[in-house]
Amino acid sequence: MMLELHGVGFDYGPLRVIDAIDLRVERGELVVCVGPSGCGKSTLLALLAGHLRPTRGKIERNGSSRTIYQDGGLYPWLTVRENIALGAARDTKKVGEWLELTRLTEFADHYPHQLSGGMRQRVELSRALAAETDLLLMDEPFSALDYQTRNRMRKELVATLAERPRTVVFVTHDIEEAVQIGDRVIVLSPRPATVRRELALPAGRYRQPAAPGVAEAEQTITEELGL
Amino acid sequence: MPRVVLPLVTGLLLLAAWWIASAAGAFPPGTVPSPPTVALAFREELANGRLVADTFASLYRVAWGYLVAVVLAVPLGLVVGRHARTRAALLPWINFFRSLSPIAWIPFAIIWFGIGDPPAIFIIFIATLFQIALAAAGAAASVPSVYYRVAEDLGLGGAAVAFRVTLPAIMPQLVTALRVAIGVAWMVVVAAEMIAVQSGLGYLIVDARNGLRMDLVVCGMITIGAIGIGLDALFARLARIPSVRWGFER
Repeated sequence: MMLELHGVGFDYGPLRVIDAIDLRVERGELVVCVGPSGCGKSTLLALLAGHLRPTRGKIERNGSSRTIYQDGGLYPWLTVRENIALGAARDTKKVGEWLELTRLTEFADHYPHQLSGGMRQRVELSRALAAETDLLLMDEPFSALDYQTRNRMRKELVATLAERPRTVVFVTHDIEEAVQIGDRVIVLSPRPATVRRELALPAGRYRQPAAPGVAEAEQTITEELGL
Repeated sequence: MPRVVLPLVTGLLLLAAWWIASAAGAFPPGTVPSPPTVALAFREELANGRLVADTFASLYRVAWGYLVAVVLAVPLGLVVGRHARTRAALLPWINFFRSLSPIAWIPFAIIWFGIGDPPAIFIIFIATLFQIALAAAGAAASVPSVYYRVAEDLGLGGAAVAFRVTLPAIMPQLVTALRVAIGVAWMVVVAAEMIAVQSGLGYLIVDARNGLRMDLVVCGMITIGAIGIGLDALFARLARIPSVRWGFER
C-alpha cells in the first residue's frame, strides 16, 4: 500500500469541501480522480501532499511526494536545468539523464517563459520524477494545453512511467483523459467531495477510444457525474 | 538608433529655444542665464575642480543613504509581506512614514546628527527606506502560493525559502522599486545638502543662489539631471539580468 485515506474530510472555515473519503492506492498504480469543477479535487491533492491537514479522518502515506501543477509550478527565475536540478538534489548526471529522457537537452538553459506550455509541463514532470520520490500527485497537469499537445503529453507520461515507475494520483475533469491513462478511476461527487464510484479499467495504459471497455467506462463516468 | 537620436534632437531644440529667447532679451536681467554663460560656468567649475568634488560628495551621500535603506528595507518588506500579523501591525506605519516629506525630517537630522555628511545621509535614507519596504512587502505578499508548495515538496524551509523562493520571486518588482528609489534619493540629495554641509551639488546650488550666480545654479541643475539619467540607465540594466528578466518578458 502506498496511500490510504480513512474517512478524510476537510473544511475551509464553515465550508465543507471534502467529506468522508476512504481510498487506498497501491504502489505503482495510476489512479485518476475525476469530478465536477470546484468539487475539491485540488484540495484533495493538497491533503495527499501534506500541504493541508485533514479536518477529519486520517491519511497514511508511505514515502514522500511531489506535486505537478496545471501551470506555474516552475520557478521562472531558474533555467530548465536549474529547475530540474532542484528536484534532483543538484546531481548533474541525473539532471542530464532527465533532460535527455524528456527531450529538453537543447532547451536546458532556457527559462520557463521561453518555452511552450507542453515543454513547461515536461520540465515539471522531469523535476518531479528526478526527485525519485515514490508518489507523484498531478493536479490537472495538461488542462491548460491544446488538444494535440495534451494527447502527446499523456502518451509521454505513460511512456515515462513505464521506464521509471511511480505511484500516481492524477486529478482531472476530463473524462477522456481519465479513461485513457488511468488504471482506476475515482469519480468524485460535487462539493463536498465524496467517492461516488470506483471504476477499474482494462489493463494497459494509453488506451485508444476504440479499445475494449473504454466507451463503456466513459459512459459510466458521464452518468455518475450527471452530465 | 531613434532612442539615441530623438532625445538628442529634442535636447538641441530646447537648447536652441533657450538660446534664441536669451539673445532676444526675453528674460529680465539676472533671472535666466544664457547658454554661453552657463557653458563658461561649467568651464570655470571644471577647471577649479569644484564640480567634480561636489558630484562625488553627493554620490557618496546618496550611496550610503540608499544602501543602508536597501539593506534594512528589503528584509523588512519580506517579513511584512509574508506574515499577516506583522503586516497588520507594521504596514499602516510604513505607509504613515512614507507619506512624510523627507524635508520634514531636516530638524531631527540636524539635532540627531549635527553637521557634515550624517544628516544628509539620514535624509536620503529616510526618503527611500519606507518606499522600498512598501514595494518589497507588496511584492512578497503577492508571490504565488504554488511556489511555496513546491518549496515544501523540495524540503526547503526557513531561510532557504526566503533566499531561494521569495527573494528571486520578487526581484522584478523589487528592481523596479529600486530604480524608482534611486531617482528619489538623487532628487532628495539637493534638499539634504541644503543643510549642515558645505559640499555637494545641492550645496553648490544654494551657494550659487546666495551669490546670485544663476549660471552656476543652472550648471548644478544640469549636472544633477545628467547624473540622474545615468543612474536610471544603470538601474534599468538590472532588469536585463537573466534571472530577473522573466518578470518583464512574460
